[in-house]
Amino acid sequence: MTAVPSQFTGDTLVKVKNLQMHFPIYKGIFRRKIGAVKAVDGLTFDIKRGETLGLVGESGCGKSTCGRALLRLYEITGGQITFEGRDIADLSGEELRNIRPRMQMIFQDPQASLNPRMTVGSIISEPLDEHQIASGEEKQARVRELLESVGMNPDFANRYPHEFSGGQRQRIGIARALALEPDFIVCDEPIAALDVSIQAQVVNLLQDLQKKLGLTYLFISHDLGMIRHIADRVAVMYLGKIVELAPVNELFTNPQHPYTKALFSAVPVPDPEIESKRERVILEGDVPSPANPPKGCRFCTRCPVAIEKCFDSEPEWRELGGSKNGDNSHQIACHLAD
Amino acid sequence: MGIAALVPVWTVKNLKTVLHTQDGVVHAVNGISFELSEGELLAVVGESGSGKSVTMMSLLQLLPTPPAEIISGSVYFEGKNLLELSTADIRHFRGAKIGFIFQDPMTSLNPVFSVGFQIMEPLREHLGMSKKQARQRAVELLELVGIPSAGDRLNDFPHQFSGGMRQRVVIAIALSCDPKVLIADEPTTALDVTVQAQILELVRDLRQKLGMTIIWITHDLGVAAGIADRVMVMYGGFAVEHADVKEIFKNPRHPYTSALLETLPGHESEGAERLRSIDGQPPDLVIKPVSCPFAPRCAYAQDICRRENPKLTSIENSDADIHEIACWVDIESGSLRK
Repeated sequence: MTAVPSQFTGDTLVKVKNLQMHFPIYKGIFRRKIGAVKAVDGLTFDIKRGETLGLVGESGCGKSTCGRALLRLYEITGGQITFEGRDIADLSGEELRNIRPRMQMIFQDPQASLNPRMTVGSIISEPLDEHQIASGEEKQARVRELLESVGMNPDFANRYPHEFSGGQRQRIGIARALALEPDFIVCDEPIAALDVSIQAQVVNLLQDLQKKLGLTYLFISHDLGMIRHIADRVAVMYLGKIVELAPVNELFTNPQHPYTKALFSAVPVPDPEIESKRERVILEGDVPSPANPPKGCRFCTRCPVAIEKCFDSEPEWRELGGSKNGDNSHQIACHLAD
Repeated sequence: MGIAALVPVWTVKNLKTVLHTQDGVVHAVNGISFELSEGELLAVVGESGSGKSVTMMSLLQLLPTPPAEIISGSVYFEGKNLLELSTADIRHFRGAKIGFIFQDPMTSLNPVFSVGFQIMEPLREHLGMSKKQARQRAVELLELVGIPSAGDRLNDFPHQFSGGMRQRVVIAIALSCDPKVLIADEPTTALDVTVQAQILELVRDLRQKLGMTIIWITHDLGVAAGIADRVMVMYGGFAVEHADVKEIFKNPRHPYTSALLETLPGHESEGAERLRSIDGQPPDLVIKPVSCPFAPRCAYAQDICRRENPKLTSIENSDADIHEIACWVDIESGSLRK
C-alpha cells in the first residue's frame, strides 16, 4: 500500500451503475415475502480520486444505505460497483476481505460505534490485528502516530471511550478508519451528533487529512451548509433515487430539480434580514413509503410543478445541457428541466 | 410582534438549578433572568449541556426532584410564583395557561392512547368540556395545525402518523386550552428540513392568528434567525448574550456568540478553505462556576475572566432596544468594559 497521489488526479476511483438495495418484508406465520423496501433503487454515479462527493437528502431517502452498500456491508440486490476498475458487487469471503482495507467508514454516532469495554488503543489497533499488518512495538507506535494525526494526545491510548467528549470520540473513530491507510472513506453523517462549535473542528480535521493523505470521501449529510463547504460535487437523493448531481457551486447557484429547490429553500439561514425576505417553497405532505413508491417520478406526489407525464412515466437520468460551467457535469432526473 | 407591551407577562429572576448526581453536583443553570412581553417570541440558543432545557423544565417544576433541585429564583406569571406552587396547584397551569412542546414527538405522545384521546384530555381536565364538545374542539385543533381529514384521524394512534404529523399533534395538544405562553423545547430538531419548514411556517401563521407569547429553545441559529424577536444565548448554564434578533446576528458582542456565528459554513471569507473553529471543549458543569465559563476557550480572555464571573449587563452605545452581554471585555477594542 503506497501513498496515493495527494493532488486531485481526476481518474475514477468508484463507479456505481444502477445500484439497487431492496430489503424484503416478511409477513404471516410462514414468513412469506410480501414486498420489499426499495431503500436504494437504481443509482448511477462515479467518485473521482481525491474528491469529496456530498450525498444529501432527508432521513429515509436511502443515503446511509447507499454508503453501506458501496462498502459491500450488504449483499446488494442488483447493479455494479467498480472500485479501481474491479467489480466488487459479487465478491465474497476472502476476496472481499482483501479489498476491505482500502475502503473504510466513519459512523454517525461516536457513542455507539466505539466499544465501551475496549481501550482507545485497542479500538484503533483492531483493524491492524485483524489484517495482521502490525504487532508488538510497531503496532503501539502506529497507534500513537494515528492518535497524533487526528490531533489527540498519544498517551490517551490506555483510556476508555467514556472518558472523552463527543468530538474527541469522533476523532477516535476517524483514527480507526485511517489505521489501514484506506483510499476511500464513507463518512456517514460524521458531524450530525456533534455541537456546532465542535463540528467545525472535525470538518477541518477531515479536510486536512484529505489533503495530506489524498483520501477520497463520500460525505453523507443532511446539513446543506456543511456540504457546500466540504464537497466538490453533490448528489441529492429522494426516496431511493438520485434526483440531481452537479459540482457544488453549480448545484447551489443553479438548482434545477424541484426537490433540490425546495430542499434549499427549507434550510434556515442564520441571518434575520435574509430570513424575513425569503421566498419559501413549502412542500405539502410527507415522503411516501419506500415500500410502495409512487408510479412515475418519485417526487410527483409533493412536486409543486408536476405535470401529467410525471405521474405516468419515470424520468430518466440524463445530463443537462448548457449548465453555467459549460460542461455537461450537471445531471438530473426530471421531465421538466432543460 | 416587535411592539413590546410594558407589562411583562412572564418574569424569571435569578433561576439556579443544580442536579445531584453520582459524580457530584452539576451546576446546570446558574442564575438566569429574563422577561417576556405579550406576543413576543424569545429564542433560547445554546449547545447541548448549556442548560437551556433544564431552565425551561425548571420553570414548570417538570424536573424530578431529586436529582434536580431549584436552589434559588422566582418565576412570576399572573401574579404567582410558579416555583412556590404545590404539585396540585401547578397542574392548573401546565397544559392550561402554559403549553409545552417537547423535542421528540415519538416519546412525548403516549403510544397506547389514540391521538384524539390525548388532545381531549386537557380540554376535559382544564376546561371541563363534555366528551362531545372536546371531540369537536379536537377536530378543530387538528385542522388548525394542518392535518388533513382530521375527523377521521382522531381514533388513530401515534404510530400511524409520520414524524412531522406527530409533531403537529403535539402542537395541537399544547394549543388545546388556548395557552397564554407556549414553551417549545427544540420542537423541530427531530424533523427533516422540509418538514421543519412546514412547522416553522405553521408557527408563524399561528402567532398571527393567536398572538401567543413563545419561548423557543433551539440549537440552530438559522431557526432562531427566522422566527425570533429576541435571542438569548446560553453557555455553561449562564445567559451570555441577550439582544434583539437583528442586533445579535449583525453585531454579536460576546466572544462566544461571535465565534459561534463564525464557525458556520458560509461565514468564512472568500477563498478560505478552513472553517473557523472554537478550540477546546464545553465546560465541565460539576466544577462550581466561579469564573467566566467561556474563559478557557476565549481569544479575549484576561486575568479577571478567570477570577470572577461577569454579570449580564447592557452594553453602551447600542442602537437596539435590548442588548446585554455577560463579559468583562469589549471585543471591539479588546480592553475591559467599564
